[in-house]
Amino acid sequence: MIKLDNLHKYYGTGAQRLHVLNGIDLHIREGELVSIMGSSGSGKSTLLNILGLLDQYDEGRYALAGQPMERLSEKQAAQYRNRMIGFVFQSFNLLPFKNALENVSLPLYYQGMSRKARSEQARHYLEQVGLADRMTHMPNELSGGQKQRVAIARALVTQPKVILADEPTGALDSVTTGEVMELLHRIHGEGNTLVIVTHEPEIAAQTQRQITLKDGRIVATPDGIAPSATEEPA
Amino acid sequence: MFDLEKWQEIIATLKQHKLRTGLTAFGVFWGIFMLVLLLGAGRGLENGMTANFGQVTNSVFLWSARPTQIPYAGLPKGRRITLKPADAELIRARMDDKVDIVAGFNRLGGWGNEQYIARGDTSGTFTVRGSHPGMAYLHSLDVTGRFINERDHREKRKIAIIGRGVQQVLFAPWEEPIGKNISIHGINFLVVGTFTSLSTGDNAVNEEEAIFIPNRTLRYAFNQVGWVGNLTIVPKPGYHASDVEEEVKALLRDYHRVHPDDQAVFGSWNMQAFYDRIQSLFTGIQAFSWLVAIGTILAGAIGVGNIMLIVVKERTREIGLRKALGATPMSIVSMIVLEALVITAFSGYLGLVAGVLTLEAASAYLPGAGTFSHPEIDFSTAIIAIVILILSGLLAALLPAAKAAGVDPITALQDE
Ligand SMILES: Nc1ncnc2c1ncn2[C@@H]1O[C@H](COP(=O)(O)OP(=O)(O)OP(=O)(O)O)[C@@H](O)[C@H]1O
Ligand SMILES: [Mg+2]
Repeated sequence: MIKLDNLHKYYGTGAQRLHVLNGIDLHIREGELVSIMGSSGSGKSTLLNILGLLDQYDEGRYALAGQPMERLSEKQAAQYRNRMIGFVFQSFNLLPFKNALENVSLPLYYQGMSRKARSEQARHYLEQVGLADRMTHMPNELSGGQKQRVAIARALVTQPKVILADEPTGALDSVTTGEVMELLHRIHGEGNTLVIVTHEPEIAAQTQRQITLKDGRIVATPDGIAPSATEEPA
Repeated sequence: MFDLEKWQEIIATLKQHKLRTGLTAFGVFWGIFMLVLLLGAGRGLENGMTANFGQVTNSVFLWSARPTQIPYAGLPKGRRITLKPADAELIRARMDDKVDIVAGFNRLGGWGNEQYIARGDTSGTFTVRGSHPGMAYLHSLDVTGRFINERDHREKRKIAIIGRGVQQVLFAPWEEPIGKNISIHGINFLVVGTFTSLSTGDNAVNEEEAIFIPNRTLRYAFNQVGWVGNLTIVPKPGYHASDVEEEVKALLRDYHRVHPDDQAVFGSWNMQAFYDRIQSLFTGIQAFSWLVAIGTILAGAIGVGNIMLIVVKERTREIGLRKALGATPMSIVSMIVLEALVITAFSGYLGLVAGVLTLEAASAYLPGAGTFSHPEIDFSTAIIAIVILILSGLLAALLPAAKAAGVDPITALQDE
């Protein structure tokens, strides 16, 4: 589903130049649940942003669902993001002036779908995440866990190829973290491909494969043993 | 691009930010409102001034003023030249390409000399003036019943059209004057019409204390067969009254063998020179109004742009999120531009309506006469104002829109 070949990413220029991703080779298959670990500043978010077509890479290759993601115009990137990728953020990023249903249907708006069809589809996914009774609630009327579930429904609503989550439980307490993880597992069980960036080894342990980044390189072995994870203080 | 979904999205956003939308809208509303008032007031002044001119603004009046001062062509000085119907024929024949109307007009008893008019037991003194078929507009008359027709003229019929002032004196309010007789110098005239004056101001009352009868009737019935009191000449479109005035006078001097430099023999006056001066004054006022108005509109539009800029900054996170969820730069640009457009168009329209209503109210409550009357704004001016407003609103929205399209979702969505 995702294929990276010798991917490099730099920030800044000249002497200030920072080599954030230093030759990433990665293959994530359809239906996999993968976590990305690593210390702060190791490039996790940068990698996820590149996977999500929010950021550009400088060298190497990136193919998503078999299509090369090279030299995309802003418009093309926006369209690919809309149709192939679902984002889940640490701080939910719901629009405060739209209710749960409207928030979930927003990506479909950018597909040019009619209001009725949008609402129907959004309703379905809100039911899937267990919020059938919260459709018309505004974000400030929802708990953190509920907000994140709305955000997950929004990520699912376009039936994307891959769901990218940057510390999805980072802002949640342990109980709601458990609930959200359970939901993500269920979504994975339905055949979705998920990539989760996390700091927490317990979260990573619940995934099929853990990838650990250190100084812009992958240091974990594909079988799930992450030597660097034990080195880093939590 | 202009689909229903987009509009719903925009209306929803605008509703969401009511205060901001309201403040922006008020700026534009006020701009257009003031513009309409300004242009309307300028127009009111113009209406008030030009109403005094009556309906025909380019007529030339010509009369015989003084005896000749210079001997010429073997003729002595001191001759008095009388204008005759033949002079009208001459001008019509020789200057056919330049003049529209040439008509001789007589009065009873000379200029301003009022005549004794009776009807049964009531009587009054009024001006009695001669006129011709179809020339009611030359005198700025609004006639009820009818004015003089060809047959009256041909047959020298004794008919009269009386002004409102005359009617009020000679007839009781419930009486219908048309069909009744009045006596002018002992001769009975049949009233066939009544009139009010279309010119405003102090003149109007005087004008309405007059009686019009066919000019030929007047000349034959009251012993003025040999001459006409004055000639009124209306130039054809494209010829300036002042030029025609000079040419006619030259023609008459030549015909009556008056020395070309003997200026005072024929008196003349034309309205157009004065009218032109007043007109150029109004052109100036209008240009000034537009200058101020465009300034006001620009200020409104810049206000919109400014607020949109703040809005974009405020909504960076929202815009970043929309982009992450698949909004193309174009859709972001059109969102911002349309928002600005909706605000400017809607509030501009409200300002226009409020301005027009205010003008209507002023028009209804201000006295109709005087130097200021019927402030108004024409439809095309209003449309031009709206178009300028919308264009400047668009222009003002471009910078904020470009800023919005350039938002980087990564930084916008970063957690602090
Ligand atoms: N826009 C940018 N310009 C310059 N440097 C950047 C930019 N974004 C990130 N970096 C740098 O790139 C490196 C990787 O950042 P990144 O956000 O990917 O780290 P991370 O692994 O997600 O860290 P954390 O766990 O704290 O979120 C960091 O050293 C960061 O300072
Ligand atoms: Mg990060």
